[in-house]
Amino acid sequence: MAEFKQADSMYEWFDQRLGIDKFLKVMMTEYWIPKNINFLWAMGVLLTVMFTILVVSGIFLLMYYKPDVNMAFDSVNYTIMQEVGYGWLFRHIHAVGASVVFLVIYIHMFTGIYYGSYKKGREMIWISGMLLFVLFSAEGFSGYMLPWGQMSYWAAYVITEIFGGIPLIGGDLVVWIRGNFYVSDSTLTRFFMLHVLLVPLAIIGAIVLHFYALRFPHVNNEAGEFFDFDKESEKYLAGDKKNSKVVPFWPVFLSKDFFVLGFFLLFFFYLVFFHYDFAMDPVNFDKADGLKTPAHIYPEWYFLWSYEVLRGFFFEIAGISGKSLGLIAFAFAQGVFFVLPWLDRSPMVKPANQRPYFKYWFWFLIADLIVLTIFGKLPPTGANAWVGFASSITFLMLFITLPFITRAEAKKVGGK
Amino acid sequence: MMNESRRGFVGKAFGAVAAVGGVASLLAMKKTWDPLPSVMSAGFTTVDLSGLEANKLEIAVWRGKPIFILKYTEDMKPVEGRTVKVGDHYYSVMIGLCTHLGCIPAYRNDEKDFKCACHGGAFTSAGVNSFGPPPRPLDLPPFKIDGTTLVLGEEGPEYKAMMAKA
Repeated sequence: MAEFKQADSMYEWFDQRLGIDKFLKVMMTEYWIPKNINFLWAMGVLLTVMFTILVVSGIFLLMYYKPDVNMAFDSVNYTIMQEVGYGWLFRHIHAVGASVVFLVIYIHMFTGIYYGSYKKGREMIWISGMLLFVLFSAEGFSGYMLPWGQMSYWAAYVITEIFGGIPLIGGDLVVWIRGNFYVSDSTLTRFFMLHVLLVPLAIIGAIVLHFYALRFPHVNNEAGEFFDFDKESEKYLAGDKKNSKVVPFWPVFLSKDFFVLGFFLLFFFYLVFFHYDFAMDPVNFDKADGLKTPAHIYPEWYFLWSYEVLRGFFFEIAGISGKSLGLIAFAFAQGVFFVLPWLDRSPMVKPANQRPYFKYWFWFLIADLIVLTIFGKLPPTGANAWVGFASSITFLMLFITLPFITRAEAKKVGGK
Repeated sequence: MMNESRRGFVGKAFGAVAAVGGVASLLAMKKTWDPLPSVMSAGFTTVDLSGLEANKLEIAVWRGKPIFILKYTEDMKPVEGRTVKVGDHYYSVMIGLCTHLGCIPAYRNDEKDFKCACHGGAFTSAGVNSFGPPPRPLDLPPFKIDGTTLVLGEEGPEYKAMMAKA
């Protein structure tokens, strides 16, 4: 393309220079999505939209927020909430959005697990997705610190304290992360940096990787069917849309997604305007005080299951302290989802309800996570502590036994 | 062939320089996250013990934690491994965070014990857990005795002796 002819239109002028035509084809009108899908396949677009909403609302909050222990609390609770025009709206959007984004992430994740969309060529989609989950968790945790209320402070204290359990370097590591012997101004400022710059940059990078990872193995479908995307797309382009198993990303797939998105945003803004209090813990409206621990510390709902795994082990087993056991289990819980594609030894890519053994495993896991979430919020005393212990053990056992369950399943179905 | 090996050499040389630069920048980044010198020097707290009243709890702040300092009355007995003698008087020096879930217990002058409002744990005046959920006595901060001055954050012989007994 060395020779340029005079452009007849503005579109052509840009097309000559940026290859818009080709770009739109590759990214939109000839990016093929299976037809046999349901509303659960809209979660990716929902998450992209939610991330955008969080970035935009965050930018407005950033204009008035002050990352300093003496000013942070008032800059949020007085300046943004009372003085800035619609400041309360941006704060509520940001807080509710952070909570809802995890709801959708979990739906997205368990849709992937249910339909087996993590194996047979789709491993990188799964791993990049799990990377996004970890990055969103870091983003949620660092953001929760910023209003500098009592819950902000003590969540930061407890979570950074976790690193103290690492053998040998633990104690020094905690001081290094905090930049002080306790959670202090240096801690707040560096986590502010992480929250508004480094982690969001990493998230954007991971989103690009996640989308890219979809291009070659393609999106899974409701039946877990493998077919030739080239042949099906040729059919579609030739006009046989009815018999083709695929549709273009734009306008066909996205128009359905936007429909789901419409309902979702109604729900989201209902929460923002009428039920924002669930994302606004009353304890966090007391200013951070390092010398006064709240009677009961708990994380936001989306971290409860892993928090419960952390504290589920409250007594010594075989000479290893409960604290160390909890830490080991916690580390296991954070990492084990990454290797799910290799723990599932069955070659079946089918919805869980069509897999003879995996279906029990899947619903058992969901039930266990719900129990962990509920008991993660309750004080760990008496019977609660034992339920926490049992459900933590169950969580570990589910993943340890998965290779055996799926190998038995593979044998039963004859490797299909 | 000549070209290939030259290119290979240039590649290796570049790799070596980049590796040195990479490690150096990582070190610099690590240093940037280190606690500042002012923070490190503020990691010590000194308390003058001479002015304290017996049976009246003094709370000092060391590294963001409350430190209980209690001067004993004549009739309060010292506990080996938990009580320190400075001059003619005995003292308890301990981190004022309940070992159950980190609340700050209150001192009751009349009962001469510590009571935690959160979950009802109790400790004796020497910080030994005597009731409720706390799993162990109150932790001891590293300290040094310098005349009648208590230096928190440094390990003195008295502290080492107490740790050896505990």
